[in-house]
Amino acid sequence: MEHEVRVPITSDADLVPARAEGRSLAQALGFSQTDATLIATAISEIARNIVVHARSGEIVMTGIQQPHRYGLVIVASDAGPGIPEIDTALERGHTSRRSLGLGLPGARRLMDEFEVETDAAKGTTVTMTKWRPRDELERLRARRRERA
Amino acid sequence: MSVAILRQGDYLIASIQVDLSDSQVLELRDDLSERIGRARARGLIIDVAALDVIDSFVARSLGSIAITARLRGAETVITGIEPDVAIAMVQFDLDLAPLRTALDLDEALSLLDRLTQGVGEDGA
Repeated sequence: MEHEVRVPITSDADLVPARAEGRSLAQALGFSQTDATLIATAISEIARNIVVHARSGEIVMTGIQQPHRYGLVIVASDAGPGIPEIDTALERGHTSRRSLGLGLPGARRLMDEFEVETDAAKGTTVTMTKWRPRDELERLRARRRERA
Repeated sequence: MSVAILRQGDYLIASIQVDLSDSQVLELRDDLSERIGRARARGLIIDVAALDVIDSFVARSLGSIAITARLRGAETVITGIEPDVAIAMVQFDLDLAPLRTALDLDEALSLLDRLTQGVGEDGA
């Protein structure tokens, strides 16, 4: 069950499909309505970060399955100028241009894992993941499918 | 039409119909500011139930709509924040201080009635 969704980001209008795709993938992976909204909100922030700082980029969302949990991995990448002083940018309240400092730290609060790689030459990649445990019944069904 | 704006007495009701892009949110802000003057509205209700999420940009824009409306003589009440959206907003740690909210349209109307009471020509 490896599905991957790619959403190109070239303007603020692309945030709308990015949020919608993230939400539907989250729901397909069995995340709750609330978690799907947390995920869609985090996607909105990192997609806006692309538009504001790099103008264009891409968001790739992948559903992954591990023995005890499902995950939704979201990778947002751009070839923009990079984020100078990334540690400061991740602090709440840091202000830069339109983002007003809530975007990246906010997205980090909404997800379970959050990582930023940024380089003036290569651009910025944000990788963030939300997990949900697989319950006993789901594991049982998976084992039965394997045996069949 | 992505936002339906209706007039009811002294109030304007902006009902967002679909998820909006950032530019559309800014257009809404400018449109409402202008319509408040034209309608001489004393209250503004914005129904945000159709928005997919309320992230930092949307929250900040709703706040600036409310402040702009107040400068134009109208109080603003936001309605239709779904439970999951509310939870996300709290986790996000957004500053919601400028926003007045109500659960539904009826509540929003009675809140506006209270807020604008005594401001009109009949004083009280």
